[in-house]
Amino acid sequence: MKNNNSQKNQKLRNDIILAVVIVFIAAAGLLLFVLTKQEGSTVAVKIDGVVTDTYPLSENREVSIKTGENDENINILTIKDGKASISEADCPDKICVETRAVSFVGETIVCLPHKIVIEITNEKTDDQIDVAV
Amino acid sequence: MKKHIRKTAVLSILTTVALVLSYVEAILPPIWAAVPGIKIGLPNIIIIFILYKTGLKDAITVSVIRLFLVALLFGNAMTLLYSAAGAILSIALMTLCKKINLFSMVGVSIVGGVAHNLGQILVAMAIFETSQIGYYMLVLAVTGTIAGVFVGIAASIILKRFEKIKI
Repeated sequence: MKNNNSQKNQKLRNDIILAVVIVFIAAAGLLLFVLTKQEGSTVAVKIDGVVTDTYPLSENREVSIKTGENDENINILTIKDGKASISEADCPDKICVETRAVSFVGETIVCLPHKIVIEITNEKTDDQIDVAV
Repeated sequence: MKKHIRKTAVLSILTTVALVLSYVEAILPPIWAAVPGIKIGLPNIIIIFILYKTGLKDAITVSVIRLFLVALLFGNAMTLLYSAAGAILSIALMTLCKKINLFSMVGVSIVGGVAHNLGQILVAMAIFETSQIGYYMLVLAVTGTIAGVFVGIAASIILKRFEKIKI
């Protein structure tokens, strides 16, 4: 019985170590992500994994993104004050509309039902590198 | 023969319970709208219980039946892909963790919860061909750990209550 108990305590300790290690790694990753983020200059629209359009974040505009076989699915991408968001969509879950506006490189808004990913990029910098080469 | 029938009946009831728990989880409001995918993983209580009570084979059987029924009743082919990836990775890693005998049910459940999230994120990365959503995993790892603790405690309570009952 005593042996059984000590084994139980050992396992409990391992459980706690496991939880702490996972949370620590995740927190370190998030911290790294927050520290290295930079403002993007463009927003790319990906449909089914393919980039279809890229817009500069500097100009305010509204774009309707049509997907589906007969263009029956609509998401409205709004660019305002250097931030991109989905202001309207006819998808069932509306998760993309609820996602807050994005402006940092690598930030995304995802619409799972319509297979759309809105991603903040920094294409101007890419061009500059190309010129330098 | 009689034992076989008894086991089939009990596993059927457990499948139904897992299915109801899936439904309860589906109608709960999203915990945090900005990060989709945060879940408690209620059906995993049943899967872990079966894993400890009767073994891996039955856990896989119940899990597969649950996945298809959930997709049929409240999902579609797309959601099946996500939940199947989560479930496969989850059961595989939980079995491994149980085998090495270092963790209690709570530890195994934490691994299961985080693995479930990881499987779904990997599928999302493959479908959208972007690694950028990977940072969601960092948030999901924390919520998956918290959820895993509760699921593990619940499963160990049920296992204790069933101690004298043979399946």
